[in-house]
Amino acid sequence: MSTTPLLEVAGLDVDFDGRPAVRELGLTLRRGEVLGLVGESGSGKSATALAVLGLLPGNAAVRGSVRLDGTELLGLPERELTRIRGRRVSMVFQDPLSAFTPVYRLGDQIAEAVRAHQDVSRERAAERAVELLDLVGIPEPALRARSFPHEFSGGMRQRAMIAMAMANDPDLILADEPTTALDVTIQAQVLDVLRTARQATGAALLLVSHDLGVIAGTADRVAVMRDGRVVEQGTVDDVFRRPREPYTRELLAAVPRLDATRRPRPGSGEPVLRVRGLTRTFPVLKGTAFRRRVGTVYAVDGVDLEVRRGETLALVGESGSGKSTTLFELLELARPEGGSIELFGQQPGTLGKAAARALRRRIQIVFQDPMASLDPRMPVGDIVAEPLRTQGAGRAAAGRRVRELLAQVGLDPADAERYPHEFSGGQRQRIGIARALSVEPELLVLDEPVSALDVSVQAGVLELLQRLKDELGLAYLFVSHDLSVVRNIADRVSVMYLGRTVEAGPVDEVFAAPRHPYTQALLSAVPLPDPELERKRTRILLAGDPPSPTRRYEGCRFRGRCPLYAELAEQERKRCAVDVPVFEGDGVACHFPRVRSVV
Amino acid sequence: MSTALETPPEGLEPQGPEKAVPDKAPAGRGTVVLRRFLRDRTALAGAVVLLLLFLLAFAGPYVTPWSYSHIDYTALRAAPSADHWWGTNRIGQDVFAQTVRGLQKSLVIGLLVAVLATGLASLVGACAGYFGGWTDRLLMFFVDLLLVFPSFLVIAIISPRLRSGGWFAFVGLLAVFGWMITARVVRSMTLSLKEREFVRAARFMGVGPFRIIWRHILPNIASFLIIDATIQVGGAVMSETALSYFGFGVQPPDVSLGTLIASGTSAAVTYPWMFFFAAGLLVLFVLAVNLVGDGLRDALDPTARRGTR
Amino acid sequence: MMWQQEDYTISSVPAYLAKRLGYYAVLLLAAVCLSYLLASLALDPRAYYAGRQPPIPAASVNHHLTEIGVNDHDPLLSRFLHWAGHAVRGDLGQTIDGTSVNAEFGRRLGVSLRLLLAGTVLGTVAGVLAGAWTAVRQYRLSDRAVTVASFALLSTPVFLLAILLKTGAIWFNQSTGTDLIQFTGERSPGLTGGFWTILKDRSVHLLLPTLSVALFAVASYSRYQRNTMLDVLGSDYLRTARAKGLGRRTVLLKHGLRTALIPMSTYFSYGFLALFTGATFTETIFGWHGMGEWFIDSIGKNDVSSVVAVNVFAAVTVLLSGFLADLLHAALDPRIRQAS
Repeated sequence: MSTTPLLEVAGLDVDFDGRPAVRELGLTLRRGEVLGLVGESGSGKSATALAVLGLLPGNAAVRGSVRLDGTELLGLPERELTRIRGRRVSMVFQDPLSAFTPVYRLGDQIAEAVRAHQDVSRERAAERAVELLDLVGIPEPALRARSFPHEFSGGMRQRAMIAMAMANDPDLILADEPTTALDVTIQAQVLDVLRTARQATGAALLLVSHDLGVIAGTADRVAVMRDGRVVEQGTVDDVFRRPREPYTRELLAAVPRLDATRRPRPGSGEPVLRVRGLTRTFPVLKGTAFRRRVGTVYAVDGVDLEVRRGETLALVGESGSGKSTTLFELLELARPEGGSIELFGQQPGTLGKAAARALRRRIQIVFQDPMASLDPRMPVGDIVAEPLRTQGAGRAAAGRRVRELLAQVGLDPADAERYPHEFSGGQRQRIGIARALSVEPELLVLDEPVSALDVSVQAGVLELLQRLKDELGLAYLFVSHDLSVVRNIADRVSVMYLGRTVEAGPVDEVFAAPRHPYTQALLSAVPLPDPELERKRTRILLAGDPPSPTRRYEGCRFRGRCPLYAELAEQERKRCAVDVPVFEGDGVACHFPRVRSVV
Repeated sequence: MSTALETPPEGLEPQGPEKAVPDKAPAGRGTVVLRRFLRDRTALAGAVVLLLLFLLAFAGPYVTPWSYSHIDYTALRAAPSADHWWGTNRIGQDVFAQTVRGLQKSLVIGLLVAVLATGLASLVGACAGYFGGWTDRLLMFFVDLLLVFPSFLVIAIISPRLRSGGWFAFVGLLAVFGWMITARVVRSMTLSLKEREFVRAARFMGVGPFRIIWRHILPNIASFLIIDATIQVGGAVMSETALSYFGFGVQPPDVSLGTLIASGTSAAVTYPWMFFFAAGLLVLFVLAVNLVGDGLRDALDPTARRGTR
Repeated sequence: MMWQQEDYTISSVPAYLAKRLGYYAVLLLAAVCLSYLLASLALDPRAYYAGRQPPIPAASVNHHLTEIGVNDHDPLLSRFLHWAGHAVRGDLGQTIDGTSVNAEFGRRLGVSLRLLLAGTVLGTVAGVLAGAWTAVRQYRLSDRAVTVASFALLSTPVFLLAILLKTGAIWFNQSTGTDLIQFTGERSPGLTGGFWTILKDRSVHLLLPTLSVALFAVASYSRYQRNTMLDVLGSDYLRTARAKGLGRRTVLLKHGLRTALIPMSTYFSYGFLALFTGATFTETIFGWHGMGEWFIDSIGKNDVSSVVAVNVFAAVTVLLSGFLADLLHAALDPRIRQAS
């Protein structure tokens, strides 16, 4: 084996329409090695990965040197690059839904990659596609190869993407945020598949991610990027344990950690919100001219919540667990389909118009994506004033209040005449918070308020939320899939699985001693930004995807994926299959709860 | 946790403490949009041209001694002169008088049809999309029915009966049959906007449905609506011309820019004044409408890049 | 086609298409009934006989009008039921001159279809290709040229274009001293000869009308196709296709154009509406005795039954093209074919 590095990038500059994105970037990657490329949005990490394969869009200008096994790739004619792409270097993209051509079967798309570089028959390529799908852990691969991309779940699509990247035994796999769009338990599965892929092909891996935890658990070496430059490079242990650059230190300090030691302060007194056995179903319809109901989605199927004055309750669960539906049910202020909702001692849906409007004032929401939740065509002043105006405030009074509010969330009152797109992500979320606060609510529902933000910006917004809560005595219902954030802001936590509450309690107790096997799996899947601890942890990998919410399950709905269920005796299993575990108070909905420490 | 890394505000000028904020309510959307429109020189030029065209069309008949239908047997196919400013046509009618008369018709037909059709389309499309269910099904059946019904054929059947009702009825007909495709597009855009979080946010604040449509949905499809309306202007003038050609629209001795162009085409080379004044004004009109439309779109769209068109 | 495309919750393709057909049948029925009522109310068949020399006695006009079922002295409902009773048996009534509408319909149907089919197919294919090509060459000279040309075409009234083409043909014939391009009627009257002679004669007659139909299709489809293609060109899956080492042509055609065609199926059905209207002018100007010309004539004659017949034809063609667009959409997009 030669001593030349597999990939050597030197003095790489990338400009988009003359604006610099990457500057004087240098990287080396040896055979079989995993290099983590970490940085916040706009740091140029994805542009770097794309530049290696010459896949940047037409408005990009690239200078410098990219050598693969000593061969210069920059400036290579398209025809020769085509021979390298997919064969020697392949790529795994972030969003696997948009990364597959929607009109072709997945098996055909993988077979196409095989035939692009190997002189094999159509049949042989199709067989190979099925083998690859089998290798990445897709059940019934021969059948699933005939599926279209939209028929796969996110995790399954990403597995197929990895299968395609492996098709020609590449020397190097570039993975651009391969797990960002996925839930933590699915992320753990996909990272596992990536490991399999590396073992099967012996390829080196350039892993681009913003998630320090993912890098800590997967990479051998790490390069930290900021504003288009590599600020620090070294082995993961060195960089995470003894960061030399101040930026790296700040970045590591800003990451919320699952193993934080913050003491929660659960509230006391009367609850502002009490939900008991909430259910919500949606019909599954078929037909166009004459629709008929062919099934039911049990989106929320037994949710219990209690939020007290001055406390933060975190509602956690994976996508599809019914978190958002629960929120929207609360905010519709209508009579729930099943179960009961009590807001400030009143039952929404039984109130008159004036009382309903008064209740509307007391509960407000901050959305996940600050760009999507602010009308792009409205000046910020009008946006913030809208709840006030709806409550009947005059234009002048609303205007004065807007200026106050903007100052309160740390913005300039003069910003009221600007439009949302002129602000950064963190500032937009502050606008969203100002809007929610405008009518002096008592309960704020926060739907993933920081998950669209970079960690450093996240920290600022979380700090603001903490301060406002203390100043105004607010109660928060904080919905999140990010357990590390939850550990750092919540007082109590409530865990949902498939539309149902499975465990709740003070956040420190639940995280330190989870009793429900699902909570345990969830917590164990969250990567820690600490390579040493990561190596010592055992991950509880759940099998497959969460089951379909269109079925009503007998007994415990988690038993199909439950690691504990497999260990139970015959008699005990019978109980899981027949009896629905009941949830009560700060309890756990499991027949055989066993504490297991996983953090 | 530290906030030391909070990224600096993008696209904001540094704001020193000396930048004192006036102690009054911030300007609302209407004021902001108007201010942005007035700052756009090309759009302003378009608006001025449009105004001048109206002035020409409605003041023109009073400054010329000739009426559009009067026939001057002493001047057939006469070139522009002090007597007939823009010359005369084949049968000795004054081209200036005819052109301003035609301009009147075309301005009103073009603008009115566009505004009516786009207004109707956004009302029906947005309601169908926003309310869904049976409202949607009924409205869309109606739209489909009008689409299947060949609009040209219907106008051709009805318009001869309406001649007594004047050409305002004709404008109404052109508008009634010109909005369906736009309505379908508005509907599907509304369907996707309805799922957007800012619409949901407004709903959770207790904003009523029509207010949401007016304040959030329509402004967000304004770009499409404006482009559609500017295309409708040209389209209406063209449909009117086509129908007139077959004897269904504006009838002699009355004229529109379209009928003038149609009858002047064959003489474009030999007697250019019969063709080019009308054609030039039509082009100017459509151009001005496009400029105003562009300016309005940019004023409404805060992300519009200025000066890149 | 255009109607309610968002409904993806469907069980299977045949069931889906059956539903569409059912919906179209309802639409067709409503459209036909409405157009009968409209034509009956708006047209005045009596006027056709007015002012004749020598004058026709009122009694015999009445008798004739009753005979062909359009006498305005009879109640509208009974006239409609009479017409509808025949129509369901496939008889569209009599023209104002007392001849069979069906016979006229049959004669003119072929003429219109020949004109529309050739023009549509040619225009669609050329438009799609031009659109895709200009999208790939965005902002280059060729893109700008095609853009300007199509905007110029789209802002020219149909009849003006037809007249211009005709003028061009006259000039061409004069300057070459031949009568190569024919622009009146479908064939030369009285021409006899073998198959090839007839074919050549038909082709030279078809040239200009087809061109005037096709040019509009090219202009509008190339705009739409350029837009949808541009959307696709920036997509992640084209980048994936390149990343796995496919050649540029495969990436652009197999992954790009193939996907960019899906939204076009909607435009195809809309476009047919416009083409049909345009064909009315084309036929009249080039002296083809098709449906459009019949329509203009019948309105002039206040011929109710003929006008309704043309409306039926128009509605059926539009719905048929819509159904074809549905088929095409289902064939192109697996997301609509999915069995849930």
